[in-house]
Amino acid sequence: MDFTFNEDQEMFRDSVRGLLDRECSPETVRSLWETESGRSADLWASLAELGILGMLAPESGGGLDMNEVDMVLPLIETGRAALPGPVVESAAIATATLRDLGGAIAEQWLPRLATGEAIATVGHPGNAFVADAHVADLLLLHDGDALYALTRDHFDCVHQPGNDPSRKLFRVDRKPGTGITCATGTRAGQLAAEAFDRGAFGCAAQLVGVAQQLVDIAVAYAQQREQFGKPIGSFQAIKHMLATVQVKTEFAKPLLYRAANSLAEKRATASADVSQAKAACGEAAAAAAKTSLQVHGAIGYTWECDLQIWMKRAWSLDLAWGSAAWHRARVADAVLDKTTPAESFGFEARV
Amino acid sequence: MNLDFTPDLQSFRAEARAWLEANVPASPLPSLDTEQGFALHREWERKLNDGRWAMVPWPVEYGGRGANLIEWLVFEEEYYRAGAPGRVNQNGIFLLGPTLMEYGTPEQKARFLPKMASGEEIWAQGWSEPNAGSDMAAIRATARRDGDHFVLNGQKTWASRGAFADWLFGIFRTDPDSQRHRGLTFILVPLDAPGVKVRPIAQLDGETGFAEVFLDDARVHIENQLGDEGGGWKVAMATAGFERGLMLRSPARFQATAARLVELYRKLGGDSDPSLRDAVARAWTNAEAYCLNTYQTASRLITGGSIGSEASLNKIFWSEMDVHMHETALSLLGARAELLRHAPDAGDVGDWLDGFLFSLAGPIYAGTNEIQRNVIAERLLGLPR
Repeated sequence: MDFTFNEDQEMFRDSVRGLLDRECSPETVRSLWETESGRSADLWASLAELGILGMLAPESGGGLDMNEVDMVLPLIETGRAALPGPVVESAAIATATLRDLGGAIAEQWLPRLATGEAIATVGHPGNAFVADAHVADLLLLHDGDALYALTRDHFDCVHQPGNDPSRKLFRVDRKPGTGITCATGTRAGQLAAEAFDRGAFGCAAQLVGVAQQLVDIAVAYAQQREQFGKPIGSFQAIKHMLATVQVKTEFAKPLLYRAANSLAEKRATASADVSQAKAACGEAAAAAAKTSLQVHGAIGYTWECDLQIWMKRAWSLDLAWGSAAWHRARVADAVLDKTTPAESFGFEARV
Repeated sequence: MNLDFTPDLQSFRAEARAWLEANVPASPLPSLDTEQGFALHREWERKLNDGRWAMVPWPVEYGGRGANLIEWLVFEEEYYRAGAPGRVNQNGIFLLGPTLMEYGTPEQKARFLPKMASGEEIWAQGWSEPNAGSDMAAIRATARRDGDHFVLNGQKTWASRGAFADWLFGIFRTDPDSQRHRGLTFILVPLDAPGVKVRPIAQLDGETGFAEVFLDDARVHIENQLGDEGGGWKVAMATAGFERGLMLRSPARFQATAARLVELYRKLGGDSDPSLRDAVARAWTNAEAYCLNTYQTASRLITGGSIGSEASLNKIFWSEMDVHMHETALSLLGARAELLRHAPDAGDVGDWLDGFLFSLAGPIYAGTNEIQRNVIAERLLGLPR
């Protein structure tokens, strides 16, 4: 029993943080809003160089043969920096799906995804739209009772502008009869379920980073903004709001880390564990967004203020891969609709 | 990260479970806030101690098992699983005990710890005064040195367990010219000393869970001073840290409540308001989050970390979670929930109402949640005072 991260995992987090501090500043995020794709090939290449894109791929596929526990801290950092791009879809979902599929398709794509030479995204019935389909070289499409691997010429996509200028969402239509069918029936259903859990997990990790950043920028603002002759951060109304969000964020983290462990260990409870994490992380980030805006006051309501970068990301990711309400309903199904005594971590209720 | 229980932990769990199953009273004891219940809970402490299960995390030399924090969590899981009685001496074993081990002289440890462990001496807290609640540094009760005694004057209030306890610990102003946090001394006070008068206070549920303590030239030997004279604030902060921190509020307590809530929902909730289903799932997740967070902190402490102002995060989380769980239970029960357990038509309402009233004390005691939010804002987030 050891619920800590090891030194390597913390060092990996630090290098991701260092890279994103240098290469993914708010100015960079904003400047990408003005480009056609909204994506930076340089940034993607830097992420690949660090190894984050191939963390879940086996060494034979050019990856690091790591798991979700290794990946969770780096993913939090991508949220903290509001990294634009499909790191969750490509690195946390598609890479794992390809690894589990094995065979020619894995051999063909895993090394290219790990090196950043190719980008993957995921279409899933759990989401209305597909993120980053416009830059994807490979689209893993979970549709009906099949999983398809599609390349650029196999699908049409229609951009759906949304609230967060960094999100790029698309309606995707597979061209009839195209693409490779990777799995069907039960196997496809299982892969779709696992993909969904990984998507929710990756999103939850980013939401924790977003929440922390929203608190940090509100604190920084409250320290320097003065009214009535003193910093507004000295008023209890401000302190208590921020403390409340900090409590939510800190208690979302252990749920997230446990979900990472459950995915890595393929525990039977993994789906419910992911749902607990996604609901808690989403609520923490949504509360952080609302509070950070209130602390900023009118300046926070402007386009010019960088607050919107994280606030809009919080709202988007809270709804992606299942909303908090959806995930809590799944927790309710897992816990309440049984006849056996409920079991929680370390604790077994007596009949 | 390894979230599996090792074979050692599993056998420790099995040992605790076997002992508890053989020894926990078959039916719940009366409330420890009644005279009879207090005495029965004292008996239970003795039994626990005879089995060497009273002070699991204490060093072996003081009657404990030298258990690390993870083992302690496992013991607590079994304790709450078994539905064992509340710990009547929790002020002693979880708060003063660790403080004594940190600040006590060898003589003090030998004098107080064994009797604390056996339940022979039950401790009350003496922090608050009528005009020093959240602002604890405003205390006025004095201790004047007279030869080898302190002469105590003033009033302590909201002394938990005070109505029936044997001893009280608290801080007193030993330097009459001092202000605020300075000039205070931590003193252990026998409640049967001449000049000490205890007046029980009935709580919201009508039972006397706490008391006022009047000190009128009460004489206490100087050997009962804990830590340095004038250094009482530091000692008190250590004690308060234990209170808000890890030891006092076992995750298992809330996991047990969550499990009972799930049972209640299964029994009553099938076709009720879907918002209740959501609330039960939330309660369940909260208990999981609190438990996992505690394991995370325990793992960190075992590998040499320390706990500071994070304790304030814990205190807010468990106290608000506890209120929410009981509110949810009362909503599930509906109109019957207002009945006391012994009402003729109470049926199986159980003790959710008692639990609800008790939960409402959580955001108040051990430093109100507003004070905790100040601590988080100022010490963890770095906002200006």
